[in-house]
Amino acid sequence: MKSSGLNRLTPYLFMAPAGIVLAIGLLFPIAYMMYASFLDWNPSQLIGEADWVGFKNYANLIQDDAFKESLWVTLKFAFIVVTIEMFIGVGLALLLDRNIKGISFLRTIFILPMMIAPIVVGLMWRYMYHPTVGIFNKTLNDLGLDSIPWLSDSTWSLVSIVIADVWQWTPFIFILSLAALQSLPRSTLEAARIDGASAWQQVIYIKIPLMMPVLIVTLLLRLIDAFKVLEVILVMTNGGPGLSTEIMALRISRTASEFRELGEAAAMSNYLLLLLLFLTVAMFVYNKIVDNRREKLIAIAEES
Amino acid sequence: MSKLSENRVNPAFYALMAALVVMSIGPIILMLTTSLKLNVDVMSDTASLFFSPTLKNYETVLCDVLWYTPEHVDYCNPTFSRALFNSLFIALVSTAITLILGCMAAYALVRFRFMGRGAISLTTLMMRMVPPAVLLVPVFGIWTFTYGLDGTYSGIILVYVAMNLPFVIWILQSFIVQVPIQLEEAAKMDGANPLQIFFLVVLPLIKPGLAAAAIFTFRIAWNEFLLANALLNRDTRTVPVTIVNSLTEYDIDWGVIMATGMLLAVPPIIFTFVASKQIITGMTAGAVKG
Repeated sequence: MKSSGLNRLTPYLFMAPAGIVLAIGLLFPIAYMMYASFLDWNPSQLIGEADWVGFKNYANLIQDDAFKESLWVTLKFAFIVVTIEMFIGVGLALLLDRNIKGISFLRTIFILPMMIAPIVVGLMWRYMYHPTVGIFNKTLNDLGLDSIPWLSDSTWSLVSIVIADVWQWTPFIFILSLAALQSLPRSTLEAARIDGASAWQQVIYIKIPLMMPVLIVTLLLRLIDAFKVLEVILVMTNGGPGLSTEIMALRISRTASEFRELGEAAAMSNYLLLLLLFLTVAMFVYNKIVDNRREKLIAIAEES
Repeated sequence: MSKLSENRVNPAFYALMAALVVMSIGPIILMLTTSLKLNVDVMSDTASLFFSPTLKNYETVLCDVLWYTPEHVDYCNPTFSRALFNSLFIALVSTAITLILGCMAAYALVRFRFMGRGAISLTTLMMRMVPPAVLLVPVFGIWTFTYGLDGTYSGIILVYVAMNLPFVIWILQSFIVQVPIQLEEAAKMDGANPLQIFFLVVLPLIKPGLAAAAIFTFRIAWNEFLLANALLNRDTRTVPVTIVNSLTEYDIDWGVIMATGMLLAVPPIIFTFVASKQIITGMTAGAVKG
């Protein structure tokens, strides 16, 4: 009797520590943020002393030009980097999907940019973009060309952070799409080759459509991550010059620490969360649709 | 014949691969060489390939922990070595705690059918979605006013454990599912209790999963800046925070700061070369179902 009671309790005992930590370290803070977004609250007050202002923070933000600018910069940055990275990453995977020695070495090297601290990545690029000692301007000068104001001009600074992000994250897409390519059914490709499909036709009509489910999930994962980029840009430009590279995550942290408007920062966080929630739900729904279709196909195949 | 021609690869592909390798490690090599240069050499206009490498920058950074006093250091700034110790301590402890809690929870989820696997992958996905910037305000508020944990090691460790748990539980349960239940039943026949089964039978079998989970957790705790910056004080600061603090608009001592960056980059680089397979497993687990 005693042992069966213990057995019934075991799962709870195993779950409890993780559950408690998640509740106090994650769920409570997120709930707290929802609440704080309705307050006029600065860091020197206890939360109980802050005034309830309803939706004022949200309304203020919608009318705030700086916020709109930062939202626009975030969307621009995310869509540009994800598009470039998808094209280069998938393209490289298609090119290099063959029996080449050293492909696993390339994969190992490719993980490095993602493993290193974002702070350090920002540091490296800030050094390379440096107006006088940076390698880019030095090379340009050696070739007899003019220096480029990489981080001090509002158009170039966006280009610069895009280049850095492409360097860091293209490998992610490359690795995922290579994995997808290598798990494609060999028989289908073989059949296409026997039917005389050219290399291009194989890519466009067979490989890409078969990879589509993985590609879409990769795209959404990368898009979600692109909205979270913060440290690299913080180190390189700190949002400047002006507001030209101030993405939302950076603006949240500045609103909280420099302008000391915790309520507004929380409201901004909620906007960002809503945006990301939309993307996540889209990904989940897509996954479900693909799963259902596959199950249907299997069922049909089994019936016949 | 046909086999031969299939295996022969156009040399252009090797050229492409070489170019890709150079492109992805170029910036890292540049950081390494800069960290071996004195600021005079960094600023000079002459070709950057010819310089006499020196370890002086590393001596400056680590002056506090070296067994000798480097003669070129006038004033030994203990900030970096202290931060290095803090980073190491925080990352190791949070990795250990996350793994222990994560293992137990993942085991319960799989073996006792506690919750659907769908629920777990949904939570993991949701957690992946939450940017650290979003946690900034509530964590700062709660840790300062409610828990009174600001500036302490336990405060930041709590955040990192909570942030990493969903991912760790998720990756570990995919490994635990593969452990044959017969093994556990045999152990039960021999009179082992649930705890013994867990520690002596299951844990040794999921070592690769543990390695992947450990690397990911360590990396996040080791690299994280934003929350560390908000929560930690002068004595408990980690390396990323000190790097950002020492970046000023003008007059940056590039050699020293690159040496610090290099020290911060070394553990992840080692992990990459030792366990690239596990890292790729962890990375692709989100997108490619396997």
